[in-house]
Amino acid sequence: MPATDGARASVSRVRRFWNSSVGKKVVMAVTGIIGIGFVLGHMAGNLQMFKGTGAAQAMHDYAVLLRKTGGLLWLIRGVLLGAIALHVTAALQLSARNRAARPVGYGAKKDQVSTLASRTMRVGGIVLLAFIVFHIADMTFGIGVPGFVHLDPYNNLRNGFTRWWTVVFYVVAMASLGLHLFHGAWASLRTLGARRPSAAPLHRNIAVALAIITALGFAAVPIGAAMGLFTDDTPVTDESQTVSTLTGGVR
Amino acid sequence: MNVTLRVWRQPGPSAAGKFVEYQARDISAEMSFLEMLDVVNEELTAKGEQPIAFDHDCREGICGMCGLMISGVAHGPMKATTTCQLHMRSFTDGDTITVEPWRASAFPVLRDLCVDRSSLDRIVQAGGYVSVSTGNAPDGNAIPIAKPDADAAMDAAACIGCGACVAACPNGSASLFTAAKISHLGYLPQGQPERYRRALKMVAQMDLEHFGGCTLFGECQAACPKEISIDTIARMNRDYLYGSVFEREESRSAGGAG
Ligand code: HEM
Ligand code: FES
Repeated sequence: MPATDGARASVSRVRRFWNSSVGKKVVMAVTGIIGIGFVLGHMAGNLQMFKGTGAAQAMHDYAVLLRKTGGLLWLIRGVLLGAIALHVTAALQLSARNRAARPVGYGAKKDQVSTLASRTMRVGGIVLLAFIVFHIADMTFGIGVPGFVHLDPYNNLRNGFTRWWTVVFYVVAMASLGLHLFHGAWASLRTLGARRPSAAPLHRNIAVALAIITALGFAAVPIGAAMGLFTDDTPVTDESQTVSTLTGGVR
Repeated sequence: MNVTLRVWRQPGPSAAGKFVEYQARDISAEMSFLEMLDVVNEELTAKGEQPIAFDHDCREGICGMCGLMISGVAHGPMKATTTCQLHMRSFTDGDTITVEPWRASAFPVLRDLCVDRSSLDRIVQAGGYVSVSTGNAPDGNAIPIAKPDADAAMDAAACIGCGACVAACPNGSASLFTAAKISHLGYLPQGQPERYRRALKMVAQMDLEHFGGCTLFGECQAACPKEISIDTIARMNRDYLYGSVFEREESRSAGGAG
């Protein structure tokens, strides 16, 4: 039965790929690039906080817009959650293999060219994972945010960041993100074999820009809140009623 | 010049090892690092002690047998230099130098500074070959090869299999070695028929030998005495990816269509 044979062959193909160190790393690169795409879009949305008058409305409309897409929002959430699950699973499995590959360490070892960013991918990744969990609990579900109102991100951020320790945690997490991308954005294209050979393969331009832009772009919001920059008190025209009818009450 | 050595001494594969200090006295700056060890060994032998075991063969940087972790740097402080080609003028009088074997689970220590690197040989056996039709030797330039491809293949072929890439990699990965062998054949027309299957097989063997994976730290490239580029790793991954999608499984049944 050729059909079954073909199916079995492709299952074993996928398994062989996932079991190999190169395959897992390719999965990390692809899911990492998905993450970069998300992060850039999310950051652009957040920067509307700085619009001044009308910023509260802009943030509200942005939140509503996401929900108006209905199924698409859930599709994107699904892809992102799947990407995180694969990225973290591969990270844990590869780290375990890498550690096992050198059971006896050196008495003296000097790193020659590896960057701090590359050597902190694992630790930084754990910070990012903790941040993602906290951030969803914080700004999506509003757990612990004083006076949290669904679909009013402007004021939720303003209120949330009255707690100084969240400002610190957000800024530390965004520094970790910058470091993670300084290595990751550069590495991912090489992992995928998508870069042409270069005379100085360790040199990076785009990754530096991306790391700085994302770290500063995201950190600007908690820092801006701490500095009291968000003073737009114009009332938000509530559109959540229409949203509920559009999405059948789904947030 | 005089230097103090802290050398890893281990009597056998499963024996416990430890660092032992030795004084190397009246060493000429023109000696190679291995010649300096020879001097120390002469003294040890004269005293009736076991000499320090270390691997070497050609002593001219082409065989890949030598390889020591010298004060935390694979093949020592000179760039693009094997341990045998490293000279004592790279050190200063009074230095303390730590000398260790390559460390990787795929490179078990045999004795002192000697490790078993046959795991690298098995990676080559898994796919480092090309199919050649039998008959007369082909004419020299019968197959045209573009100059950039010939250059890239030669750059990769410079790999002497010393294992410094594995030793220097924080993950104990043999990616640079494997990638060099894959590029060396994969850039040439003769290497095309097995190109993608070769990547699949050699990477599988690399994993089987319990080498780590690649994080692109770049340490391997810095340690490589032949300055092989991590770009070869990108190429290996591309070949592996392509092979994973398009390469047909090899038939297990005898005589079946493959
Ligand atoms: C959720 C927690 C996360 C963990 C635990 C984590 C962990 C890791 C680790 C350990 C690596 C290095 C893999 C290796 O080379 O051995 C890595 C690579 C990478 N990560 Fe993450 N990460 C996380 C989140 C993210 C996020 C949010 C993004 C994107 C915005 C991202 C993007 C990348 C990229 C692009 C790479 C490079 C892949 C490559 O080297 O080819 N990661 N991650
Ligand atoms: S002994 Fe042959 S390369 Fe050093």
